[in-house]
Amino acid sequence: MPLLDRLYNFAHWLAGNREEAEDLVEETFAKALKGFSSFQPGTNFRAWIYRILRNTFLTSRTGLKSAATVPLDSEADNDTLPATQSTPETILLERLDHQLAREALDQLPVHYREILLLCEVEEMSYQEISATLAIPAGTVMSRLSRARRALRDTAQKLQRS
Amino acid sequence: MACGLWAGKLDAYVDGELPPADERALREHLRGCASCAADSVELLQAKRAVQAAASKRFLPDAGFRARIQKTLAAPRSPRRNFNWLPALAAIAAALLAVVALSFAYNRNRVRERQLMSELADLHVATLASANPVDVVSSDRHTVKPWFQGKIPFTFNLPELAGTPFVLVGARISYLNQAPGAELIFRVRQHQISVFIFQDRAVGTVLAKERAGTELSFNVQSWSRNGLRYFVIGDASADDLEKLSSLLKSST
Repeated sequence: MPLLDRLYNFAHWLAGNREEAEDLVEETFAKALKGFSSFQPGTNFRAWIYRILRNTFLTSRTGLKSAATVPLDSEADNDTLPATQSTPETILLERLDHQLAREALDQLPVHYREILLLCEVEEMSYQEISATLAIPAGTVMSRLSRARRALRDTAQKLQRS
Repeated sequence: MACGLWAGKLDAYVDGELPPADERALREHLRGCASCAADSVELLQAKRAVQAAASKRFLPDAGFRARIQKTLAAPRSPRRNFNWLPALAAIAAALLAVVALSFAYNRNRVRERQLMSELADLHVATLASANPVDVVSSDRHTVKPWFQGKIPFTFNLPELAGTPFVLVGARISYLNQAPGAELIFRVRQHQISVFIFQDRAVGTVLAKERAGTELSFNVQSWSRNGLRYFVIGDASADDLEKLSSLLKSST
């Protein structure tokens, strides 16, 4: 049952604990079954079910809290990001071990964490991510880029402390 | 294009999301630009680090799994029409099948990319080698017997007289720890590698017939009689197609 495992992993990363992750997944399946008629054949099923899970999370207590404490960055401006310079410091991600990567990911704001998970772990295309998060494709790209930078900065801070 | 303009595209590049023309141009740029190359390597490493750290990090326990399966299989309300039960089960099964398929497809796509880039690497390694071939001969009756006892299968080579292709030689190659044949052909100034491996060394990730590009090399691949053929080179897709049909006609 690969879908359950994947949804659960994603839910746990969002919610941060087992109990809430279980509730999220259970509610997602229930909603999916109930609303299956709203799924349009030919559209992306995976994006559809992840979207249900994610929306369920955002309206949950933890989700509301995390969304409220995270100021949304201005993504409307499609400014070109300055090139990162590879210094010994930035190459630390090369040796980014599991523990550090996990801690850094945990500390990221939820909108960065979720897009990284969808892209790296679920291996979704930009189009699928755009459908899951209901954001334009251009925003997917800029948000991913910011998320990766935020992850790197967080990992650096963690390593220094 | 200057670095500043490429820098914003590196993310899309490591995610395999650039349009083919941009991807080619960026590859070209990366060859000459150490800074962008280092940045893209760094992005790729971070991508892999997250993948490794976050995949399957949390697994549902058995009790929860059972509960979900019950949710999926049981009717939501016992007073509903009994026919709901099989209908729901069917929907649930269909959902899971669709998802399993799409995951499998996605995984296959990644494996296919890995496989193709490995072949491109093998081809490039041959081009770069000081001794590109182990048996130097343009005679197919020399090259074919040379493989006897070296690889666990045999294959036929086409008659090249009257075609623009010249057989340069051959060598043993390995894919997924299985030995296979690499034949090197030349057409005008272009070198083409033809790899032949057993189907089982390649696995089932490739479609029976496949054509495309990898690292800007043209690639053709097909499977016949339990053998998987790859034709790869910087010659035109047209030339590759011609060589492929010659090989196919001789098998």
